[in-house]
Amino acid sequence: MASRLGKSPPWWQNRRLLPWLVQASVGLVLVLVIAFLLGNLVRNLSAAGLLLSWRWLGQPASFDIAETLLPFNASQPYWRGLLAGLVNTLRVVGLGFVGATLVGTLVGSASFSGNGLVKRLARIYVELIRNIPLLLQLVFWYFVVFLALPNGAAAIQLPGIVLAKSGLFLPGFEAGFQWSGPTLVDGVWQAPLRFTPEFGALLTGLVVYTGAFIAEVVRGGIAAVPKGQWEAATSLGLGPLPSLRRIIIPQALRVIVPGLNTQYISLAKNSSLAVACGYTDLYSVAETSLNQTGRAIEVIVILLAAYLAIDLVISLLMNGLNRLVQIKER
Amino acid sequence: MPASLRKELFATPLDGVVTVLLITGLAAAGSRLLHWALTQADWAVIQANSTLFAVGRYPIEQQWRLWLLGALLAAAAGLSWGVLRGLALPDRPTTALWPRHDRLAASLLVLLAAWAPAALGLTLTIQSRWWGLTGLLLLVRWLAGRYGSRLGKTAPLVLPMVWPLLYLVGMVLIGGGLGLVAVGANEWGGLLLTLVQASFAILLSAPLGVLLALGRRSSLPLLRWGSVVYIEFIRGAPLITLLFLGQNILGFLLPGGMAPDRIWRAAWILTFFSAAYLAEAVRSGLAAVPRGQLEAARSLGLSLPQALAKVVLPQALRIALPATVGQFISLLQDTTLLSLIGLLDLLGTARSVMANPLFLGKSAEVYLTLAVLFWCCCAALGLGSRALERRLNPPSLGR
Repeated sequence: MASRLGKSPPWWQNRRLLPWLVQASVGLVLVLVIAFLLGNLVRNLSAAGLLLSWRWLGQPASFDIAETLLPFNASQPYWRGLLAGLVNTLRVVGLGFVGATLVGTLVGSASFSGNGLVKRLARIYVELIRNIPLLLQLVFWYFVVFLALPNGAAAIQLPGIVLAKSGLFLPGFEAGFQWSGPTLVDGVWQAPLRFTPEFGALLTGLVVYTGAFIAEVVRGGIAAVPKGQWEAATSLGLGPLPSLRRIIIPQALRVIVPGLNTQYISLAKNSSLAVACGYTDLYSVAETSLNQTGRAIEVIVILLAAYLAIDLVISLLMNGLNRLVQIKER
Repeated sequence: MPASLRKELFATPLDGVVTVLLITGLAAAGSRLLHWALTQADWAVIQANSTLFAVGRYPIEQQWRLWLLGALLAAAAGLSWGVLRGLALPDRPTTALWPRHDRLAASLLVLLAAWAPAALGLTLTIQSRWWGLTGLLLLVRWLAGRYGSRLGKTAPLVLPMVWPLLYLVGMVLIGGGLGLVAVGANEWGGLLLTLVQASFAILLSAPLGVLLALGRRSSLPLLRWGSVVYIEFIRGAPLITLLFLGQNILGFLLPGGMAPDRIWRAAWILTFFSAAYLAEAVRSGLAAVPRGQLEAARSLGLSLPQALAKVVLPQALRIALPATVGQFISLLQDTTLLSLIGLLDLLGTARSVMANPLFLGKSAEVYLTLAVLFWCCCAALGLGSRALERRLNPPSLGR
């Protein structure tokens, strides 16, 4: 043992060599596995005649999209169909953000209400929604609630709003700047602004589900504000609502905004379950395109890139918001 | 009206109005729901298809294997329950064998075994089998509680091995092999398929997630960036897209177009998906362990793997437990997405049942039953997690 003095340690104990050995071996294994998989991929694709190409995007899609802001029919190319799907997704995600934030803030603040019944109901709501799968809730809203609404003359009619099996009809501006409301034509409702039951079911399901999680985030944020702030606000004579608005929420936002980021990204990804409600969002259009063209790799690359882009945009916006609400220590 | 209730509900006039409105609203909705459930709803759709919901199209003459597996599960559950109850805690040197919660749980189990099979309209033989299973669970629980303390030190080592072993035995019993007739994976369905997928994904994603979390905090650039790329890629994609990828591309990635069964493709995708989220949960646990722990362990002469395994990870996993169990609950709920790629899990079976013209329009009954079933499973997991947290972080230790 004395002869080891002054010599470098053996290779398996050499702390400068070992990290490189580990990385080299892990890297070698990774490279081999990826080469194996890619080789198989290229071989199988060329055998099936499906090597990567993007020309199929310009070919006419042979399917219709019934509900879309972008006019689309079967003679238009695939890329336009995918774009219409993306617009549908963004539509439901945007409205979902607004609705879920409203619901979540309401229920989260209700946990601190003075009324015991309101507090318990908020707790029950959150515990109920969190333990039932989202897909089950979406299917429930669509099949049990929205498709069971009465139709035609028996539809639920409020002033200016009609809720029927064929959708939610709202007044708006017709072509020519004419304000008109929902009208019954031959037993079929018509209106300038129409939301299909598929859209309604998806939006309701997403708002209710994400609202419960946002309620937990808001509750955690408000609970993180020291109790002394409440007491100081009350001793200054502020009632519960003004003290919440001016003192508690600005401090709670520091904790709430990062949690909101996660929930918004989760909502954007959950919107892909639209296929269960029959709503043609990006994933639904992509699945149809794949079934018709067989171009699995390209379609999946488009899907992943689109959702990744949506996530990145949401994260960027929320990080900007985060910087705004952080307390700047002097 | 007692003073505390009055203060809670009617403190101010506005509170009083809100309380009255809520109570009348809830009472009206509740009575309508009860009226519908008892008179108008047609529960025959559940009774007629209970086997389909439970085990899918599993061959009837082989279902004895599933009963055997059920008995083994009941015995293992009773064993774990009894031994854990019998173990002394740091702040509770002597333990009662049947505390109040356990008596409540046991009576609930007995009630469930007595009511549910009869309500489902099952035959008397099957009802008696359910009574037998519940009885076995409670018997093993009593025996383990009474004599489990004799295991002493070996209990914490033996008990965690029971469940993975049971998983392996279960896969053989369900799938076949070792002298049993093979039952193809496409004949599994319903609750059986859901539980097989969930348990496979949970068991395999746990070590993978821990490895990814360690890799993300590693100082070696290849390991760190590899873990980061994997985790962020998986977390940016919706699960349905990844399942879609698994179903369509996996065949291209393997030689000669050979591909595992659709069910195993989905199970592996669920595993890889869950591992990325678990890695984030474990990472927060790892970050909460003071760096001094690792340094002290290394200075005592432990190598890095030893230090991680014996010092850092036990503390980190304890802190990350709530988030980890939350991810497992999400995984159980995510198995419902398998119905969207055509697999006949619980939700997929429900949709195929309702496509039967005999049961058209019975969607409310079926979905409500499924919702109650899922809620019970997930809430039970949540309760178990909180109980485990209380056991691992007893409040009296004053940490």
